[in-house]
Amino acid sequence: MTPSEFEFLKNFLKTKSGLVLSNDKQYLVESRLQPIARSSKLETLSAVIQTLQRGGNRALETDVIEAMTTNESFFFRDKTPFDHFKDTMLPSLLESRATRRQIKIWCAAASTGQEPYSLGICLKEQASKMAGWRTRILGTDLSQEVLEKAKAGLYSQFEVQRGLPIQMLLKYFEQQGEMWQINPDMRAMVEWRKFNLLDSFTSLGEFDIIFCRNVLIYFDQATKSEILGRLAKSVPDDGFLVLGAAETVVGLTDAFKPVPGKRGLFQKKQAAQASAGSGTSPRLAAVAGMRR
Amino acid sequence: MKQCLVVDDSSVIRKVARRILEDMNFEITEAEDGQQALDECRKTMPDAILLDWNMPVMDGLEFLTSLRVEEGGENPIVVFCTTENDVAHIARAIRAGANEYIMKPFDREIVEAKFQEVGLI
Repeated sequence: MTPSEFEFLKNFLKTKSGLVLSNDKQYLVESRLQPIARSSKLETLSAVIQTLQRGGNRALETDVIEAMTTNESFFFRDKTPFDHFKDTMLPSLLESRATRRQIKIWCAAASTGQEPYSLGICLKEQASKMAGWRTRILGTDLSQEVLEKAKAGLYSQFEVQRGLPIQMLLKYFEQQGEMWQINPDMRAMVEWRKFNLLDSFTSLGEFDIIFCRNVLIYFDQATKSEILGRLAKSVPDDGFLVLGAAETVVGLTDAFKPVPGKRGLFQKKQAAQASAGSGTSPRLAAVAGMRR
Repeated sequence: MKQCLVVDDSSVIRKVARRILEDMNFEITEAEDGQQALDECRKTMPDAILLDWNMPVMDGLEFLTSLRVEEGGENPIVVFCTTENDVAHIARAIRAGANEYIMKPFDREIVEAKFQEVGLI
């Protein structure tokens, strides 16, 4: 993006939405607007900006504003998915993968790294249950720039205060001047790769858990369906898919079903029904058994 | 309605914090230093305390240490809110019984995140 394009976008967003972009946010603009360039068939960011400059395309204006005003990523964002990770996904996999002793996780919209690192922290906190287990976290994103930041694991004081408990900051980060850097052993837990969700997933392999939060919103319905269909091929029947709090699979795919009572958590059709059954509390199960 | 005591020698900070916390449905009392805060707590023990470190008369750490040995003083959830942003200070605060720690400058999002973290909202 050229400086004049960035300058135009800054003014545009400020006038239209009140959002104030600092000059270090170019990476954010590029990563947020690239999906719009694609879904609007304009292909390039320059084309999007030229269209905005010509004016009159209300739909595109709205898309750009929405994309840019979405909250920035933060540690343990939305909290619930990480509770599901500790309380539902990990216990289930610790049982079902007991022979292989390996868990593979893919963060499909890793952005600046907070989500993969939050999962890494969860795993470290469960270390006593995971002795001898191998875990692999893959973080992918469309933007090389955000991945570089993710890889460095270097965060501002503002960033480490959103969602990260102070005890975890002390335990897993080191202060570097005005910034905080996540410890080398945490950085070593995550593997980073530039990746476009529109490309084939086969080179990535299979995953027990896929976090794909707040990224499908950038695609049209047909593309969402198509991506969800391919995600289903990348997880085994007893694996898990995590979507954003406001996201759904309804009308998009039959391959995944929501896990009852666990917002944002999905499993392949049959597995979801089975784990819903086993999730029943012992007392209710006993009552059900008596009726039978 | 939960009660939050805002302790800071800067009236500007107290005002900003009050506005954020009132929007989060807290009833606010204010104190300008640790001694005033301790007096407030002896009158009514608040549910939460947002606490500055460097203040005249009695600083935040001294207040916290005194508070924790008061009757009922173990109950309030104490969130430090200070420009002291190094590991040594944070660790000292936690050891003295702070539940969370905000490094200034702060914004609404940080206060909300931290208060959520300790179960206040």
